[in-house]
Amino acid sequence: MSALRQIAFYGKGGIGKSTTSQNTLAAMAHYFDKNILIVGCDPKADSTRLILHEKAQSTILQLAAEMGTVEDLELEDACKPGAGIFAPGTPGGWINCTESGGPEPGVGCAGRGVITAINFLEEEGAYEEEGLNFVSYDVLGDVVCGGFAMPIREGKAQEIYIVMSGEMMAMYAANNISKGILKYANTGGVRLAGLICNARMTDREYDLAKELAKDLGTQMIHFVPRNNIVQHAELRRMTVVEYSPKSDQALEYKELARKIIANDMKIIPTPLEMDDLEDLLMKFGLEEEADEENIGKSAEA
Amino acid sequence: MQNAEQIVNGQKLFQKPEYQEVLANKKQFEGGMGAINPAKVQEIAEWTKSWDYREKNLAREAITVNPVKACQPLGAVMVALGFEDTMPYVHGSHGCVAYFRSYFTRHFKEPTPCVSDSMTEDAAVFGGLANMKDGLKNCAAIYKPKMIMVSTTCMAEVIGDDLYAFIEGAKDEDGGEFLPREYPVPYAHTPSFVGSHITGYDNMMQATMQQLTEGNEGEKKERINIIPGFETYIGSIRSVKAIVESFGANYIMLGDHSDQWDMPAGEYHMFAGGTKIEDAKDCMNSTATISLQKYATVKTMKMVQKRWKHKGGFSNPVGLKGTDEFVMKLAELTGKEVPAKLKTERGRLVDAMQDSYPYMHGKKFAIWGDPDFLIGVVGFLLEMGAEPTHVLCHNAPSGWEEEMRALLDTSPAKDSLHVWAGKDLWHMRSLLFTEPVDFMIGNSYGKELMRDTGTPLIYIGFPIFDRHHLHRYSISGYDGALNLLTWITNKVLDQLDEETKGIASTDYFFDLVR
Repeated sequence: MSALRQIAFYGKGGIGKSTTSQNTLAAMAHYFDKNILIVGCDPKADSTRLILHEKAQSTILQLAAEMGTVEDLELEDACKPGAGIFAPGTPGGWINCTESGGPEPGVGCAGRGVITAINFLEEEGAYEEEGLNFVSYDVLGDVVCGGFAMPIREGKAQEIYIVMSGEMMAMYAANNISKGILKYANTGGVRLAGLICNARMTDREYDLAKELAKDLGTQMIHFVPRNNIVQHAELRRMTVVEYSPKSDQALEYKELARKIIANDMKIIPTPLEMDDLEDLLMKFGLEEEADEENIGKSAEA
Repeated sequence: MQNAEQIVNGQKLFQKPEYQEVLANKKQFEGGMGAINPAKVQEIAEWTKSWDYREKNLAREAITVNPVKACQPLGAVMVALGFEDTMPYVHGSHGCVAYFRSYFTRHFKEPTPCVSDSMTEDAAVFGGLANMKDGLKNCAAIYKPKMIMVSTTCMAEVIGDDLYAFIEGAKDEDGGEFLPREYPVPYAHTPSFVGSHITGYDNMMQATMQQLTEGNEGEKKERINIIPGFETYIGSIRSVKAIVESFGANYIMLGDHSDQWDMPAGEYHMFAGGTKIEDAKDCMNSTATISLQKYATVKTMKMVQKRWKHKGGFSNPVGLKGTDEFVMKLAELTGKEVPAKLKTERGRLVDAMQDSYPYMHGKKFAIWGDPDFLIGVVGFLLEMGAEPTHVLCHNAPSGWEEEMRALLDTSPAKDSLHVWAGKDLWHMRSLLFTEPVDFMIGNSYGKELMRDTGTPLIYIGFPIFDRHHLHRYSISGYDGALNLLTWITNKVLDQLDEETKGIASTDYFFDLVR
């Protein structure tokens, strides 16, 4: 058995991270027989919806809160096998799903929730399951605090994939996440493994993403074109891979899955300074060179 | 007023007329809720002793009153002080650390070294890396310990500080001046809001054993590791060592703080005794490990048994049977006969137990403390025919309640013996009023219960702040069981004298010979 690989998906909120990660992981399981554990690290608990065909009913923290303590929680209660073709015993690999969950917006500490949940999974032996090939963390938005950096600490995810698009804020976020990785890369084993461009069909998106990847010292591992079939599948709470395995879009995810499985480009990122990032955006015409005296003036003025 | 020539302490000072006057005048500002009405106070006080109140009290969910547990880093600090020249270092706010130090110092009556990197608001926002860099460097430069053991307070845990990365970062920045690469800095995450001090003990011990032995796997040695657990009786550690040594066995006591907290008078040294770091680094190459406290070493023993494949296991050498099991385990592991010395000690204990048996038999006890302590001492009470009516463990881990129940079920009085897992001393108060016992066994926090309920308290447990030197004695081994027997029996006899001393009323039984 090959060694367990731990990967994580990061990226700006709303970029399509959960959709991309689930479709990609589905492709890894379906086309390449990989067995996967998904660890959703987002209080919204929607990192496994397309695999389970429903929103995860019980998150680790919700169950722990009901029982009063996480110590009373059993792994079987918090870790569910995927539905349909991802269930154990069906052809292809299986996917197990677990969600950390977290507090309601505006209260408590979601970051601590991620730490608690991951510690629980480790202690209960979720990573020691027979035949497991990949653990994948799906982490919300930005690395806002120490808790959300938990998946990239020593002994956790070694490969980080950043989901981004050609939009300015998505690129800022990708750069920021690279800074977070850099912080931990020097002392631990975490590496940036590539950017996944989830296309928004903005101007020169492909070139821009490729250029950013180059500047960060990594690769754009795949450019996932936009296709409404993803939304159709989502309406049925499915991945495209399961909804229409022969569709062009499913094959895009298959290609991405193949590249991730074969990927050996894992680097310590070289994040850009803010000025360099703005220069890059300007170079590709996303941002006009601002005249010093125009900054802060409205269009009418 | 105080007179410089003859200073009086608080006991007498506040009895002086000037203080009595102030206190009397103060009454008028007190008690918006009717507390100045003595009749009402009395009424409520009586109600708190009723079954009605007990039911409400036991149904209590949202508050703890008079807890019988401390938090994780306290246990981690104890682990550190059991190793040679090792400074416990708590990554977090310094108020917590002041508490760990004073808690141990009040119990052991010895200074307790322990440092903190004093995280404040800015560290909470930006992370504690800067504190760790300065803190480790200062600690190494000023106190020159051979090893620093890092644990955490709640604050560092909530913001998710990554200890491994921080410690490596501190070493990088230091560049080898005070913190060379190979300088041992074992670390464990010890969030106070999970488990109790025994969980912290377990986390720190497991982390220390794992991190110090990394890459040291070599030839196995016929040697036994002994892990005492959260042991607050200095004498117990010495008793256990004496038993192991009487077998002539090669052993390592992992986490031996018996010298650290029992230093002779004279020039002050920050550290004394402790497990040799060289030994600790080699402990994985022993063939066996015995943990004396099962519930304080769950994670540690899981590693030792599953990954290191050590023989041994758990043994709780408290009481006659507990000590017998420990001795037999050593006989099995060493392949040697039980030494004659131990047989004699055992014989003396059994003889003493027989002498005192009539006084302890049938006596009802309430007892509280750590899970392993309770398994041991309740076992001993049962051996003496006593009835542990209320056995309360606030920090009971899973599995403990069932084990204790099974133990109590060996008593003929089993139906009137109760296990209270996860309850506090305010619960105990209700239990004592509604189902009274003859004696209580517990720590200093039982003092209030003693006053409230009039039940005599036998000081056995942790912490003991207001009685001296008990922690120097042993409660483990045959000699330890004899101490338990002495303390308990003599309290029973004290109480008997107390109850029979009435002149010409009860003193028909105020006997010289007991």
